[in-house]
Amino acid sequence: MPMFTSLYNFAHWLAHNREEAEDLVQEAYLKALKGFASFQQGTNFRAWMYRILRNTFLTSRSGLGVKMTVPLDREEDAVGPPTDTPEAALLARADQQMLQSALERLPVQFREVILLCDVEEMSYREIAEIIGIPIGTVMSRLSRARKSMRELLAEKMRGASK
Amino acid sequence: MTCDWVPKLDLYVDGELSGGELKEVEVHLQTCPTCAADALNRLQLKRMTQSAGRRFSARPEFRLKVAQSIDAAKPPRWAWRWAPVLAAAAALVLMLIPAAVWLQYSRSEQALGELADLHVSTLASANPVDVVSSDRHTVKPWFQGKLPFTFNLPDVETSPFKLIGGRLAYFQQSPGAQLLFDVGKHRISVFIFQNRAELSRLNSGSSLTTKLAFNTESWTEGGLWYFVVGDASPSDVHDLSELLRSARS
Repeated sequence: MPMFTSLYNFAHWLAHNREEAEDLVQEAYLKALKGFASFQQGTNFRAWMYRILRNTFLTSRSGLGVKMTVPLDREEDAVGPPTDTPEAALLARADQQMLQSALERLPVQFREVILLCDVEEMSYREIAEIIGIPIGTVMSRLSRARKSMRELLAEKMRGASK
Repeated sequence: MTCDWVPKLDLYVDGELSGGELKEVEVHLQTCPTCAADALNRLQLKRMTQSAGRRFSARPEFRLKVAQSIDAAKPPRWAWRWAPVLAAAAALVLMLIPAAVWLQYSRSEQALGELADLHVSTLASANPVDVVSSDRHTVKPWFQGKLPFTFNLPDVETSPFKLIGGRLAYFQQSPGAQLLFDVGKHRISVFIFQNRAELSRLNSGSSLTTKLAFNTESWTEGGLWYFVVGDASPSDVHDLSELLRSARS
C-alpha cells in the first residue's frame, strides 16, 4: 500500500486518536480505489491521496467541527520570529515532547500545513493542491503556523521555568 | 527593525527558491548576521518539527486489515487484468484453427499439383525418361549412386502395365525416382521420395483421389513416400499401386 505509514501518521495528527485515524485511513484507501478512474495520470498521486484523506477527515465527526473555525488567512500576518524569547535559546531548551505538545495544540489548519511542509517535505504547490488554496495562502498560513508554534513553545518554557 | 529579507527566509528554508532568487538570498545571508541566525533557527525548528511530527505508527494488524479490505474491494485480479487478454487469445485461436486447416489443405493441394505438373512435363518431353527399359533389373540399378535410397520394382510381365523407364525427379529440394508406366494408351508416373513429415502430411491415405482430373494414390512404406499419378482410370492407378506395394525386389 503506497504511503501507508505517512498517511496514517497524518491521519492520527488530524484526528487526535487511534480509532478515528484508522477509520480515516481505511476509508481513504477504499475511496481512492473506487475513484482511481478519476485520478489523472501524470498528475501528483501523493497529493491526490492526501487530498482524499483530508476530505475524509473534513466530513468525519471531528472534521465537521473543524470546518466551522477556519481562521482567516491574512497576507499581512506573515511574520518573522517573535522577539520576546531569543530564538536560539528557545530551541536549545525545547525537546521532542514539547514540540509534539505544541503541534497538538495548534489549530488543525496550522497543524496540517506544518505536517505537510516539514514532516512530509511537500512543496508549496503540493500543499496548495491538497488543501485547495492558492500558493500565496499556503505561504502566509505556514508563516502564521510557525509563529504560533514558537509562541506555544515559549509559553511552555515559561510554564516550565516557573 | 526587521530586515526586508525576512519574508524570504521561510521560502529559503523550505527549498522553494531557485535560480537568481536563491543566489540573492544566499548573498544576503553572508552579509546579514541577523538574517543568517534567523534562517538557522527556522531550519532548526523545521528539523525538530520533522522529527517530532513522525510520531504515530499504525498497528500491524490494522495495516493487514486495510490490505485485506482493499483486496476484497478489488475485482479478482485475473478477471480484470487477464480477461481481455484471454478473450483475445481465445478469439485468435478460433480464427487460427480454420486458417491452419485451410493452409495445410492449400499447401497439400499445391504440392500434389506440382507433382502432377512434373508428370505432365515429363510426358511433353521428347525424352521423357533417362533410362529407357522395360526391364526392372535395368531400371532399378540405374538409380544407384543417384539417390540416397533404393526401392523395389514389381514384376509387371503378367499385368497390363508396361515399364517405360525412369528418370531423376526433384521435388521440394529433394531427389527422387520417377518411373513411367504404360497402361493401354495412358501413362502413369510413379514418384518415390524419402519420406519426410511434410510428405506424409500430403498423404490422402491409400485411397484414390483426383487432382486436376488426374487420378492419384499415395502412401508411405519403408521410409519412402510413393505417389502415383496419371490420366488412366482409377482402377488402373490403384492396381499399379497394389503391384508396387507387393514388390519384393
